[in-house]
Amino acid sequence: MDALQLLVSGLANGCVYGLIAMGFVLIYKATEAVNFAQGDMMMLGAFVALGLTNEHYAHLPFVVAVPLTILIMAAVGYLMDAVLLRRTFGQSQIAVVILTIAIGFVFRFVAGVIWGHEPQSLESPLAGRDIRFGGVVLGLDEVFVIVVTIALTVGMYFFFARTKMGVAMQASSQNQMAAYYMGIPVKRVHSLVWALSGAVAAIAGILFASKGSIDPATGFLGIKAFAAAVIGGLGSLPGALLGGIIIGLVEPFSARYLGGDLARLMPYLILVLILVFRPHGILSQVQAKKV
Amino acid sequence: MSLLELENVTLKFGGVTAVDDVSFAVEEGEVFALVGPNGAGKSTIFNLISRIYDPFAGDIRFQGQSLLDRQPYEIAGLGIARTFQNIELFEQASVLQNLLVGRHKHRKSNPVGEMFFTPFVRREEKRHRKAVEEVIDFLDLQPYREKFIAGLPYGVRKVVEMGRALAIEPKLLLLDEPASGLSVEETQDVAFWIEDIKKLMGITVLMVEHDMSLVSAVSDRVMALADGRMLAIGTPEEVQRDPKVIEAYIGSDDAEDAA
Repeated sequence: MDALQLLVSGLANGCVYGLIAMGFVLIYKATEAVNFAQGDMMMLGAFVALGLTNEHYAHLPFVVAVPLTILIMAAVGYLMDAVLLRRTFGQSQIAVVILTIAIGFVFRFVAGVIWGHEPQSLESPLAGRDIRFGGVVLGLDEVFVIVVTIALTVGMYFFFARTKMGVAMQASSQNQMAAYYMGIPVKRVHSLVWALSGAVAAIAGILFASKGSIDPATGFLGIKAFAAAVIGGLGSLPGALLGGIIIGLVEPFSARYLGGDLARLMPYLILVLILVFRPHGILSQVQAKKV
Repeated sequence: MSLLELENVTLKFGGVTAVDDVSFAVEEGEVFALVGPNGAGKSTIFNLISRIYDPFAGDIRFQGQSLLDRQPYEIAGLGIARTFQNIELFEQASVLQNLLVGRHKHRKSNPVGEMFFTPFVRREEKRHRKAVEEVIDFLDLQPYREKFIAGLPYGVRKVVEMGRALAIEPKLLLLDEPASGLSVEETQDVAFWIEDIKKLMGITVLMVEHDMSLVSAVSDRVMALADGRMLAIGTPEEVQRDPKVIEAYIGSDDAEDAA
């Protein structure tokens, strides 16, 4: 009984990590750069939703605020690439990484200036409601997180497998030069990948905020999600979700049975073990180079 | 009007003139070959036509329209497909998938319909699949249809790349060293295919090639280059007999004296 509740709340946390990790993977696959602002994009998405729907602020209905937040964050992602990151084209990867770290800082301070540094809660219609079956009580918010994540993952699968744009994104990530001469506008496709990762970050942020409070430092969750992405395999979307769920499950169970200090260490311990024994991650698509 | 015209094209890298005042025209329906020693500027001319480089001076026109205000990704849409000297394929995808990406410019964008696989999308997919299957049959790629590129031998990859270019259904096909690294038998296949591409598909071919037997077998006209300059242009026999071409390949007594 207890274990089931741990399982569900672990899964729900893991889904949020997994969604942020998917953002990392999207950008990494498209541009071979790691977007260290991914966690902060998630935090910003959560605050945008809060600013749109909370009574204190714009007080829009939740069902209006959510799609609006997703659109706004997609635009933020698109502009990050089109205005800033495209200018680092041809520079070393480290330039891109440092730029994303800097953008993360900017997001954190912008959020602090607009919404303050105190923890706040998103006024979501899901908060505080339960689902009961048998003797088990599950938070509606947690079940909702899991359902949305599954739906989003399936949607992304079909997007990449079937749509013209999804295939163009895959093609650009595998070989830019070839993609250009198939008629794919690679730069615009890159910006659209950033938009997609902004939208995913917004969804992750809304889901995270609907089960707890947020403050501008929430974005540091991105570090844990990055570990999840590496555990799953930085080039694999299902791997990202798997890595997120592993971390999400390990945390509550190790906290319960091993104690809180060790539990905080566990995600990184797993990361180190994966890097030693399976450096490309669990579901990596990397193949050894033929000589 | 010629299909492709280069007019006084010059390209410099720093102080080095890679292409020096080159002009030529490729007529519709012919196979035109660029030959010359390494560093003559042949591949550079390909990269100028595919808009990787901006020329320093001159103009490049396709069907009478200048290519210079076009982006690299617009080239396929105009009807120009190319292969690469070092093979640029989508490594983590099957042969079939690679060829299907070649259909990109023919696909209509309709994300929602595509995700739900509506009857219209299904019909379109079948049409593209049929076009790709014709290319697979033409190039005898049936045994490799579902194989991933990463595991294929060099000669097969070379053919896949040609197939992907054909899936674009271009008016002009640019082949960058189609026979390099191939065996004698494979080179003969390439010669047959180029003939058929010209005669059966009506596609104009511009190629860069070192293998003079292939060039002589398939080309209607040949242009020889050295040090970025045009040496001779004409039928394969005329160009091979040209004293300047012989000098560039073998060197002359004068050149040795000067050195």
